[in-house]
Amino acid sequence: MSPLPALNDPMLPRPFRIERAWRELSDTFSLYLVPQKGAKGFAYRPGQFNMLYQFGVGEVPISISGDAAEPLKLVHTIRAVGTVTDAMAGLKRGDVIGLRGPFGTPWPVEKMAGQDVVIITGGIGLAPLRPAIYHLLANREKYGKIIILYGARTPNDILYRRELEKWRGRFDISVEVSVDRAGHDWAGNVGVVPNLISRAVFDPLHTTALICGPEIMMHYSVKALNTAGIRDKRIFVSMERNMKCATGFCGHCQYGPHFVCKDGPVFRFDKIRKIFSVREI
Amino acid sequence: MVSPVGAFAAPVITDAAGLGVLVAALGVDGRRVIGPVCRDGAVVYEPVTKLSDLPLGVIDEQDAGVYRLKKTGDSRYFAHAVGPQSWKRYLFPPRQSLWSARRRGKGFEIVKDTPAPAPEYVFLGVRACELAAINIHDRVFDNGDFADPGYLARRGRALIVAVNCTRAGGSCFCASMNCGPRAEQGYDLALTEIVGDGGLRILIETGSERGAAIMAGFEAPLADKSDLAAARDAVRIAEEGMGRKMSQGARKALGKSLDDPRWDEIAMRCLSCANCTLVCPTCFCTSTKDLTSLDGKTAERQRVWDSCFTLDFSYIHGGSIRRGTAARYRQWITHKLVHWHEQFGMSGCTGCGRCITWCPVGIDITQEARVITESFVKGG
Ligand SMILES: Cc1cc2nc3c(=O)[nH]c(=O)nc-3n(C[C@H](O)[C@H](O)[C@H](O)COP(=O)(O)OP(=O)(O)OC[C@H]3O[C@@H](n4cnc5c(N)ncnc54)[C@H](O)[C@@H]3O)c2cc1C
Ligand code: SF4
Ligand code: SF4
Ligand code: FES
Repeated sequence: MSPLPALNDPMLPRPFRIERAWRELSDTFSLYLVPQKGAKGFAYRPGQFNMLYQFGVGEVPISISGDAAEPLKLVHTIRAVGTVTDAMAGLKRGDVIGLRGPFGTPWPVEKMAGQDVVIITGGIGLAPLRPAIYHLLANREKYGKIIILYGARTPNDILYRRELEKWRGRFDISVEVSVDRAGHDWAGNVGVVPNLISRAVFDPLHTTALICGPEIMMHYSVKALNTAGIRDKRIFVSMERNMKCATGFCGHCQYGPHFVCKDGPVFRFDKIRKIFSVREI
Repeated sequence: MVSPVGAFAAPVITDAAGLGVLVAALGVDGRRVIGPVCRDGAVVYEPVTKLSDLPLGVIDEQDAGVYRLKKTGDSRYFAHAVGPQSWKRYLFPPRQSLWSARRRGKGFEIVKDTPAPAPEYVFLGVRACELAAINIHDRVFDNGDFADPGYLARRGRALIVAVNCTRAGGSCFCASMNCGPRAEQGYDLALTEIVGDGGLRILIETGSERGAAIMAGFEAPLADKSDLAAARDAVRIAEEGMGRKMSQGARKALGKSLDDPRWDEIAMRCLSCANCTLVCPTCFCTSTKDLTSLDGKTAERQRVWDSCFTLDFSYIHGGSIRRGTAARYRQWITHKLVHWHEQFGMSGCTGCGRCITWCPVGIDITQEARVITESFVKGG
């Protein structure tokens, strides 16, 4: 019998070495990964994710949070919330993890050229959006206004704080940060992020919005954007579901007719509007 | 009229003794024949080496939550309908090792154990609904973006000997899903049992080059027109004897009833036991298990069957998405009958009836679909 053609096994992780590991917040850290000797890096697009494998513990989906223009500087930002991510929090320079990817749909950064851009995000949701922000800034002249609306629980939970402050200092980009609760030393906004939308100034007919955060936050954000005159076709959201394979085989990430791992995680909102409000789907 | 004669070899007609010769011929050259055998009160798919392994004269009484085997004087070897197992057990085993990893210094290396070459299975007794299910998995495991090499290797080598049903089970509804009871394509050989005055006769049709190669050494008279007509009549009896039927319009109605209060009513009966997903020949969901050796030096990742009826299935940090049974039953039935079409361009249900028979409380997919479809048509 003739041998069957060898197929690449999409379930097989490749080893990557931790070049640098650093703390972002009390429960959040970043890993800068490089391929093991002899292996190659890969290109990715803003919004895509990898499956990261911690030896013997498990595998989790994590967005790429670095600059896609420098794909060899592969950065992930991870919040320690459970079994696998807690174990990853202990990783140090020189340790090795497994990686499969990149997977999933990207933010439509090319298609929104010429538009105003509103980025709405909360908590760790800023990580998957950072590559999109890098792209916008590197191609600043191609876009209209750029507005970043970010929410955190407390001032101590503001991710990439130094970068946000740097962006805020630029004249060609507007950054608003809001926290759920704060002490007297916080002079900024208090309240949920969707509240910032009504105050933002953009051209509703020529604006694209990118949203990543808890579903309830995305729900109110879409509402506020619609009220401001932005249609569903110009709103993109990144969805989160349990994932075991990222290749459309395990079924865990199903969201109505969609596989979030390969039809998403980034969806144009009109494509999911019907199911977005259905409970427990 | 389209002639049922395959392009590969003309159909032949044989008897029980001839079937015995065929079973033996299927098992040569290192092939492993798997077929129906009776075990622990059920017809299951296990290795078969000789004619007497097959369940001669056995029929199954099937209904919602009911399965009972009966030994009768019937001369057929395939008078039973489908049992609790399906061929997915062989093409898509319940537990598969994906790879293992070995510690090396600070890091580790991943070892993909060179898989033993997939056995060359011969599946004897594949029903039309099961062919449809295999066809569905061919699509699922080669989805356009990714392919599962293990599945494709096993599938590529498997030889399929279909059996056209001549008796329908009480839970069957393949006819209303356009999946049977006659195997139209996708087989290497297809058998139809014909019971007549002269005892059992078996029509053998050839559907592929590989099937033709096996038939090359098989001596039997060509089937004549009356044999072909008798085989068609025998299958028509199964078609007319289907215990159940899927409502027309169920796909649309269910797709538009995601907020229907009936899901809560079904949830009062459903035990969320996952039986339906495990017996279903098209359910493909899996989870992964990570194992480590006691010394922590080697790790292994396995892929195991999973079910959308478990609470863990939809777990994300903060809690499961489908907390209630209502949401899980809705996921299951809408995946089968609605969303599968959008995902794979086909129905995820073939009408095999297993989920009805093996539900401990007798929940019936055709009945639940009917209730929701009728209320949708009535407008509420
Ligand atoms: C597309 C995508 C991108 C993501 N990007 C990031 C990121 O950039 N940074 C980050 O910190 N987190 C991200 N997450 C969430 C992250 O995957 C979970 O926090 C992580 O899986 C939790 O695993 P755990 O074992 O530590 O937690 P546990 O609570 O112990 O979870 C056990 C298992 O449940 C599953 N699981 C739990 N939570 C999630 C979840 N939210 N999503 C999917 N599966 C889950 C995993 O299989 C996990 O191993 C992303 C999730 C998705 C779907
Ligand atoms: S849903 Fe039920 S009837 Fe349909 S293929 Fe699966 S087990 Fe058979
Ligand atoms: S019905 Fe449930 S277990 Fe079966 S394939 Fe669909 S999601 Fe998976
Ligand atoms: S993560 Fe397995 S199907 Fe999407």
